[in-house]
Amino acid sequence: MIAKHWPRLIVYGVLVVAAFFFLIPMYVMIVTSLKDADQIRSGNLLSLPSGFNIDAWQLAWSSACTGVDCRGLKPYFWNSVSMAVPAVLLSTAWGAINGYVLSMWKFRGSEVLFGFLLFGVFMPFQVVLLPMSQVLGFLGISSSISGLVLVHSLAGMAGTTLFFRNYYTAIPRELVNAARIDGAGFWRIFWRIVLPMSTPIMMVTLIWQFTNIWNDFLFGVAFSGADSKPITVGLNNMANTTSSVKNYNVDMAAAIIAGLPTILVYVLAGQYFVKGLTAGAVKG
Amino acid sequence: MKSVENILPKLVIAPGFILGFAFIYGFMIWNGVLSVTGSRMLPNYDTFVGLDQYVQLWQMDRWYVALTNLGIFSLLYVGGSMAIGVFLAIFLDQKVRAEGLLRTIYLYPMALSFIVTGTAWKWILNPSLGLEKLMHDLGWTSFQFDWLVQSDTAIYCVVIAGIWQSAGFAMALFLAGLRGIDDSIIKAAQIDGASLPLIYWRIILPILRPVVFSTVLVLSHLSIKSFDLVMALTNGGPGYATDVPATFMYTMSFTRGQIGLGAASATMMLATVAAIVVPYLYSELRAKPHDR
Repeated sequence: MIAKHWPRLIVYGVLVVAAFFFLIPMYVMIVTSLKDADQIRSGNLLSLPSGFNIDAWQLAWSSACTGVDCRGLKPYFWNSVSMAVPAVLLSTAWGAINGYVLSMWKFRGSEVLFGFLLFGVFMPFQVVLLPMSQVLGFLGISSSISGLVLVHSLAGMAGTTLFFRNYYTAIPRELVNAARIDGAGFWRIFWRIVLPMSTPIMMVTLIWQFTNIWNDFLFGVAFSGADSKPITVGLNNMANTTSSVKNYNVDMAAAIIAGLPTILVYVLAGQYFVKGLTAGAVKG
Repeated sequence: MKSVENILPKLVIAPGFILGFAFIYGFMIWNGVLSVTGSRMLPNYDTFVGLDQYVQLWQMDRWYVALTNLGIFSLLYVGGSMAIGVFLAIFLDQKVRAEGLLRTIYLYPMALSFIVTGTAWKWILNPSLGLEKLMHDLGWTSFQFDWLVQSDTAIYCVVIAGIWQSAGFAMALFLAGLRGIDDSIIKAAQIDGASLPLIYWRIILPILRPVVFSTVLVLSHLSIKSFDLVMALTNGGPGYATDVPATFMYTMSFTRGQIGLGAASATMMLATVAAIVVPYLYSELRAKPHDR
């Protein structure tokens, strides 16, 4: 009987060990953020904090220093919010319209056009950094949140178009054709038929765009000014500040704060997050 | 009326596509132009230098370090994420309890920013307080783990953190692929007396080939773009030991005032990604009409 159970034990053993590998960094972040400097020195990575000490969290949020600026992560957090919300909405709306046209109002060359757009999903953004910073300068929005919104909307458009286009191609053509015979036009079909059916892909795209834009570092570090740095840049500056005393507890609290919005989205809308990941990866 | 209906769709998407194409292809060309100028602190379009920047780039020791690191990182990151991903997917596919919970745990790092995970791993891999101290406390006093601060090993720390972040993603892709395979194939092979590992190796994995392809594609293009993780974990250091092309490009363009050189390195990155992605996109888009 035992021999029969061996394979199951191995399966569970491997899975549980793997779960630990994935969970330990999160555990370490949380316990470290609750320790004070003495406990960090005397204990080790895995040791539990002696109490529930949220000083590090308060410091990280409102008074830790990044360079000479000692306002904590709070301003960066709100920068990220005011950058991500419009950029996510804009790029999603853009993708919905593009996808609608490319799947239901195909014209000669629309597939080729789509193919060329698709390369934007894979393009290394390093290529656009220098021209973009010039354009932002010409437009007078360099180092501003509106500049970042523009960049993220443009950078996200190829991906959102891909999502919506693939989703809409699966909608039966008869539906649209019938509506057309009834005299419904381009916009009417979009608002009344296509958009109401779009909730699932809308969720996927919103979540995908939100995690991408919230987590972005490259555009944030290249294009933001003193008052428009997103939270990833704030966190990186805080954690990489070369000061004599490293406050690992504050760094860890800051890291959790920076990751909280996307983790929350992942926990609350996990299935859509996974769909977005896999859809973004497998479909062409 | 008919003609309006015909051009309306094109009119509607035109602004987006014009801006999008300017962003993708216009900037690509613009970057290419910059790379053949002698631009330094500021773009300078009057100084055409031909391929000088590229020649200079390929003579730089630092560029070779960046390329070597990219090679090491890509190979181990893509290979490691896929190997762990495929194993986890196969094990998860054995009708285990709490599958949903385990999947959630494996995948959550993907929701986090590389900056966040980089900050966390930097602390774990810290030689004096992190993993090394833990091992010492556990009684293994001769344990030494200072990879992060040694210039010849720091890149492997980037690999560890990268795999931690992406293995769950590979797992999700493989699991989706496995779920698409008919159980009867496995049953039939089992009746023929094949062992489970053999079935997976000989039958299931070959069926999953398209998933393997797209996973390799996505992970390898991610690894070429990888920038945040290196910045957060090592900041390219010690010295420039963990530079990759993405950090090289950023440093040259934005902190060293070598815009022409930065543009040239960006072009090299673009060429690498294009070499991987263009054949894939081409085959995908050509195959499309027949599928539908």
